[in-house]
Order: sequence, then C-alpha cells, then structure tokens
Amino acid sequence: MRIIALVLLCLYSNLTLYSQDCNYTLEGKIIDLHDGTALSGATIIVVGPETAYLSDLDGKFIVNGLCNQEYKLQISHPECNTKVFTVSMNTEIVTKAFRIEHHLEELNQITISGNAYATKSETLLENTISQEIVESYSNGSLGDVLNTLSGVSSLNTGNTVVKPVINGLHSSRVTIINNGVRMQDQEWGAEHAPNIDLNTASNITVLKGASALQYSGDAVGGVVVSEPLRVALKDSLFGKTILTAASNGRGGSITSTLTKSYENGWFASLQGTLKRFGDFEAPDYVLSNTGFFERDASIRVGLNRISYGVEGYYSIFKNKIGILRASHLGGAEDQVVAINSERPLIIRDFTYDIDVPRQEVTHHLAKISAFKKFDNLGKVSFQYNFQKNNRFEFDIRRGDDADKASVDLELTTHDIALDLLSDLSENTTLKTGITGVYQSNFADPTTGVRRLIPDYDMYKFGGYGVVDFTLSENLLLEGGLRFDYTYMDVFKFYRTSLWEERGYDELFPELVIEDLGDQLLTNPELTFNNFSGTVGATYRFNDIYNLFFNYALASRAPNASELFSEGLHHSASRIELGDLRFNSEVSQKISLTLQRNASNYSFTVNPYINFIEDFIVIEPTSVQQTIRGNFQVWEYRQTQASLVGVDINFETPLTSQLDFDTQFDIVKGRDKTRDLPLINMPAATLKNRLQYNMPKIKNLQLSLQSEYVFRQNEFPDTNFEVFIPQTETFEVVDVSTPPDAYHLLHFGANMDFKVNSKSNLNFGLRITNLLDTSYRNYLNRLRYYADDLGRNIQLNIKINY
Amino acid sequence: MKTIKLLSILFISSILLQSCSNDDDTPEEVNEEELITTLIATLRDASTGSSVTLTFRDLDGDGGDDPVVTPGTLAANTTYNGTIQVLNETETPAEDITLEVLEEDDEHQFLYVIGGGLNATTEYTDADGDGNPIGVTFNLTTGDASSGTLTFILRHEPTKPNDGTPASAGGETDISAPIPVNVQ
Repeated sequence: MRIIALVLLCLYSNLTLYSQDCNYTLEGKIIDLHDGTALSGATIIVVGPETAYLSDLDGKFIVNGLCNQEYKLQISHPECNTKVFTVSMNTEIVTKAFRIEHHLEELNQITISGNAYATKSETLLENTISQEIVESYSNGSLGDVLNTLSGVSSLNTGNTVVKPVINGLHSSRVTIINNGVRMQDQEWGAEHAPNIDLNTASNITVLKGASALQYSGDAVGGVVVSEPLRVALKDSLFGKTILTAASNGRGGSITSTLTKSYENGWFASLQGTLKRFGDFEAPDYVLSNTGFFERDASIRVGLNRISYGVEGYYSIFKNKIGILRASHLGGAEDQVVAINSERPLIIRDFTYDIDVPRQEVTHHLAKISAFKKFDNLGKVSFQYNFQKNNRFEFDIRRGDDADKASVDLELTTHDIALDLLSDLSENTTLKTGITGVYQSNFADPTTGVRRLIPDYDMYKFGGYGVVDFTLSENLLLEGGLRFDYTYMDVFKFYRTSLWEERGYDELFPELVIEDLGDQLLTNPELTFNNFSGTVGATYRFNDIYNLFFNYALASRAPNASELFSEGLHHSASRIELGDLRFNSEVSQKISLTLQRNASNYSFTVNPYINFIEDFIVIEPTSVQQTIRGNFQVWEYRQTQASLVGVDINFETPLTSQLDFDTQFDIVKGRDKTRDLPLINMPAATLKNRLQYNMPKIKNLQLSLQSEYVFRQNEFPDTNFEVFIPQTETFEVVDVSTPPDAYHLLHFGANMDFKVNSKSNLNFGLRITNLLDTSYRNYLNRLRYYADDLGRNIQLNIKINY
Repeated sequence: MKTIKLLSILFISSILLQSCSNDDDTPEEVNEEELITTLIATLRDASTGSSVTLTFRDLDGDGGDDPVVTPGTLAANTTYNGTIQVLNETETPAEDITLEVLEEDDEHQFLYVIGGGLNATTEYTDADGDGNPIGVTFNLTTGDASSGTLTFILRHEPTKPNDGTPASAGGETDISAPIPVNVQ
C-alpha cells in the first residue's frame, strides 16, 4: 500500500506546480464513513497542481500553499472506493473531514459476521428466527413460524387464522413491526390474524417484553419485528422463488423476490406471493369451508449510502379465509349439540370454494423513510407511513342480505416518526424519538348489522428516550422512558336498554347527543396518558455465559373492542360487551435470562414474572334469553393478574453429525382478584428434535421432532346451563374444559443442489403430524367443534438465482 | 440546519394530518336488517272461529332487555288452525319476515316442541316445493286440561325431510321461543 502511495508520489511530483501569492492551508482528516474511524495511508491528490499527500496515523494531512479558490481532491485508500471532493479555500486555514466508503467486499464481511440488523433491546434476549426457517414456512403464516420459538404459542381460529401469543399474552398486547412500521390491522380481535406476508421477511425477531420502547410502550406481551432483506452495496441482480405443495388442503404457494442493487447505493426489490388451499382435513373428516386464498405483493425502492439513505415501500396483502362451517351456531341449544357431538355437525365433500362464514381482508401499507448520519449529532431517521385495513366478515344470512358482509370495517392510519440515535460518549448511546399517529375507523352502515366497532378518530403522540451505557467490557446497562398520549373521539350507537342497564344514563348523561328511541347516539371522548419504562443489565461472565436482566413497565390504553363491543358475535356464538369505563392496563415484567453458548452444549433459561394491574379479560358472566334462544354473555372486566413462567432451550451435538435440541415452556396465569386461573393460557409444551447432517451428500439434513403439549389443568370454570325445551332438562354447556394432552411427530428433510455458479436449488420435505393423530388444542377457538389438522406432507422447492 | 428542516417537515405533516381528518359528521344509524323481534302465533278454533294469540317479543334484539311473552289459554279437546307471523318491529312499518321465510321455504322450517306436561299434538299443514313442511301454518289439537310450554323453533338450513324434532332437523336456530300455554 505504501509502495503504491510512493509510486503515486513519484508519478505526480514532477508535475507539481506552485502558484505565487498562495499561502492558504487545508487541514484535512480522512474518516471511514461506516464507523467513523480515522483512516491512515489514504492518498490525497489535489487536482490541478496534482500534488499528492498521505494521511498519517490519525488520518490527518496538511496541504500548504493553496490559493483562494475551489479545489478538487481525489482521495483513495486501498480498502476504499476512490472519491473526489470539492473544497473551497475561502479562509487562510480550512479544516475539513473527508468521509470515504469501504469497498463493498469489506462491507459484506461486516454484514455477514456482525449483526446485520440493529439491536432492539440490549438487556432482553432477542429470539431470532433465521431466514431458512422463515422460508420453510413459506406457505404458512407469521403465527405458524413464531410458534417454533419457546415461549411463543398461538391463538387459532382453525388453522389459517393464527395469532401469536407471547408468554401467554396476545392481540393488542403484542406489537408487530413490519419493515419498521407498527402494524395497525385491527389486531384487537381474537380471530384477526396479523395481515403480513411472511415471505417479505428475511429475519424475524421476538422480544418477550415491552423493552423495545422505540416501537411502543404498550407491548405488555412482547414485540415481533419482521425485517426485509438487507441489500448490499454492489451491482447485482438476484432473486429467489419458493414453490410449495401440501397434501392437506391440497394446495400450495408460490413466492418470488427479485432485487436489483447498484454500487452507488440504489436498490429496488419486487416481491409477490400467492397461496391457495381448499378445505383442510382432520384425520377422520374434511374440515368443511376452511379453504384459504391469499395474494400479496410489495415493492421497495431506496438509496443506501451508509451515511444517508431513503426508502419507499408499498405492500398489499389480500386474503380470503373460510371459517369452519360447523362452527356457526344459532344459540346455546345448538352449542350443546355441537359440543357434545364427536364429529362436526356439517361435513361436506372437499372443495376449493370458500363459502360463508368467511373473512376477507385487504391491508395496504406504504411508507417513506430516510436517515442521515450527522458528525456530532448521530443518526437521524424520519418515517411516514400510511396503512389501510379493510375487513369484511361474511356470515350466514337470510334473504336479500345473503351476499352482504356482516362486518365491514375500514381502519386508516397515518403515522410519522422522527428518531435520533447518538453516541453521547464512547460507551454511552442514546436513542430518542417522537411519533404522531392519526387513526380513523369507519364501520359501513350498509351491512344492515349494528356496528361491532364504532366509528372513531384517534390521535396519538408519543416520545421516548433509551440510554445504553457500557460500564465495563462485561457489563452493559440500559434504561428508557416513554410517554404516549391518546385521544379518542368516538361516535357510537348504544341500545337504550343496555345504556340504562349498565347505569351509563346516570354516569354519562352528557355523552348522549341524539335520542332515537330504542338507540342512543353518543359521543364519548376519551383520553389516556401512558407512561412506560425499562431498566436492564447484561453481564458477560466470559465468552460462554451471558446474563440478561430486564424490568419493563408497560402501559396500554384499552382498545376499541374492549371499550365498545356490544352485541352478538356469531363466530363465537356469544354476546360480547365492552366497558366504557376502562382505564389503562399497566404491566410490570421482570425477566431474567441465563445464556450459555459453547460448542459442546448451549442453553438459555428465561424465567419471568409479569404483574398486570387492571388486566382486561373477557369472561362469561351470564346467560341471556333472546328470540333466537339463549346466549352466553361474555363481558370484559378489569382485574389484577399475574403471569409466571419459564422458557428453556437446550442444544447439543451428540456426534459430529447428529444434533439434539429441546424446548420447554410453561406459563401460569392467575386472576388475583378472584383467586382463579386466567382463561386461555397456553398449555406447557415440550419439543425435542434430532437432526442428522450429511454435508457431503448435498448438505442433506434429516430431522425428527416430537411435540408434546400438556393438558391445561388450570382454567376457570365458565360452564353454564341451558334449558332444552324438547327434553325439558337443563344441560351443561361445557365451554371451559380443556382438551387432553397430545403428542405429535414431525419429520423434515432438506437437500441443496448447485445449478450453476449463481443459482442453487434447495429441496425440502416436511411432514407434520406424521402419525395422523387426532387432537384438539386448548387455544384453538374451534376446538369445541372439530379436531385439528391431520397429516400434512409438504414439498418445498427453493431456487436462488 | 438539516435537523431544523426535518423538524419542520414533521410539523408540516402533522398539520396536514390534522386537516385531512374528517369533519364531525355523525354516523348513520343502523337498524339490524335481519333482526327478528317478534313471533306471533295465532290459533283459531276451527269450530267456533274464536282465536287465541301467543306472542314472544324481544324489541331490542340480542342482549339488552329480556323478551316479553304473552301466554295463552286454550280449550281442551279442540283443534286450532295455527298461523305463524314473524316480524322485525324495529322498523316502521314492521317488516314481515314470514315472507322471507316463505321465499326461501326449502331452507327453513318451523318446529313445535311441546313440553312441561302440555297435552297437545301438532301437524304441519303447508309444504315447500319439494313437498316437505315449512310450518308457517299448522294444526294444534289439545287433549284434556293441562299446562306447559309450546316452543316455536325456526331452523335455517335444516335437514329436510325430518321427523319434526330439533335433533333430526339440525341446521341453525333462528328463533327459539318458548311460550307458556294453559289448556282448560
């Protein structure tokens, strides 16, 4: 390198010309644009006089004898791209820093060896799902792939509506971040799955707690972060296509991604997914009307220059999900018959048609983001995003209404955020930011069904600050605070009878703006102030052991469903009632993680305790007679709750080719006010897996996994009795007893083939429920009516090009 | 300087957001279209022509107030010609849902469940296109003096033909209205 510099010196020194009367001095410093370190040995050539200089060990150089004019400097460094800078010599001494960029080879190495994605929390273990696993679930949903982590389970409605449950909590308590955008997709509903195409993610991280304050302060359960592929700074065009076919549901999926990138930092990426399934099947029967159709597409265009960048992103997600026909019931009398029947009451021949009941959801997401790194300030990022979520639910209806949706909700959200990441000193970093959200919900009255969620406008403003402090090489401390202000302006029609029954007529007479006789139009205006915070520490004992400690205070404003639900929920055959008087739910979670990372064996043990004040829970309270028969009434209420649990992972190589890993999780939820177990807590799960690797035979991997789900023995008794006129008896409707424990075996195989220097092919075979076992899961809302999925043979072909 | 620019962008966008927000239009009222509030069973004594009306009325739909029931007293050992009318009385004038039931007669059927010691029998007097009963009209014959409940059940998409019991009919319950009846 010095030789090159000397050669350059020799080459150019004979051309050197000195102007008279010029005595201006340039004091320069060469800095690595990527990490800000000084670059020594860079060659600086002043264009014109063609004088050459070398930067010293501190990256500094001095050019004397310049005139009062503009100069061009060509700066080169063996490890960096050569770049030309312009300098105006308008004072006698000009001091300037020059940032040059590493060659992409170097950057790629950094990307591969280091953490390609920003850390979300320093003191909470980040559970990351790798791209290979995400790809192997290409035809599934986000909830399915998250299920592979310990401590994460799912709340299902059938097998296509899968909501992630983190340490026993779900829905509004789990924040989902998709490419930097907080998803606003009516996540409040238990049968509303996240509207996100798994295939847009290259990497998914789960934080089992609310410590990632930059995203939200109300993630009582946790945060799921899905990030797209990081595009390298090089001229290339690459893509991948994944084709899957599955025996159960007799369908499959195709997804393709194509990315073009340039060395100058510009990139563009196009992605699309199509999934189509017919009725799924339990071991003994067809699960009629459980077909599924999904179409997604996304486009990303951006410029990444390390020190600054911009990105535009748009995605559309559109699906149609059939809901088990046998789960649609009239009233409690029908429920007794359906629950007592071993088999679903309606079993039809297999079909790809998706009839009623079904859901149809469209989610649009558009974002513009930009960042710039400033020398003495840090990295400033700005983001604006727009989301529109349109949900239709079609029920079994009569007459002219037969083809009309029963639920037609349109949720529109605008979100802007400004964030700053700065290094306060060598060992202290500060993340701060402010955010503003405007959200509007519109419930279309033409459905001819009273609104499930009322029309509202919501404004939200928040600000946060998180400090990381590296105390010593082994100890890192983290602390953060966040404040959110929420204002909701709601227009809701209450039935006069309910308004009076709940005593709202005496509590809130001022809210009524119009009396329509049997209905009242009210205008509740609600304000919530939520403080959240976190403190934590990470201690590194040595290269093998790490200890994470984290305390998170999360505060969540009640959602529209918890506040305003009112009426019959057909899919659950129950009347649901919200409560206008709710205040925010406040959680305090302490979690501890001991991690061991070594070649002979590794493990993580993560015990936690979560105390939740004013926990909002929905539970059955009574039975109400209507002209349709009797219905169970479920009311939301607030209580003191605690969740205690532990997540364990362990892995070890048994031989040089055989690996073993195991996962166990358990959570106990208690309603402390009533001294009863909490409803719908996931059962303890034990998963063991053996994997045989043969790298020489086309990287063949064979794996066998055993999944044992214990019976949930702790549940509140919410059974009720209903009068059956024909037998003149009262019958118990058993809606609370959890199903039995079950054991499933899954098999997997994988092989890689090289097609040519640029393309490779991966074949995967996955057989879930290998033994075709009949089982029901406590957290599947359709468990009363039908068994879960039988054996499913899935073929997966991936081509990288 | 750039920070100020960014902040100003943030500020301007927040103003834009504010101005985009819709004005205070109040939403439109929704009256449940398929709601059934009322079942009226008119029983006309075939010989005397006098009639008894049994009603089951739940004006506020699912939840809210309990239904209001008008029981009836029938004469012993008498045959009555029964007619069922189903209404949505939240609309003015009340919507006659019976017409919809008759339009989709192959997808509907009324069942009559006699319980609580009531001494009476029923028979269908109407039929859909396939010759299966609909149950909008029926005959009820009382026996000796007794009392109990007569439950009118409307099933959507029942198995047709069936033996007239809820278990054999299947389908979904649209109406289940038990009405006390006294035979004397």
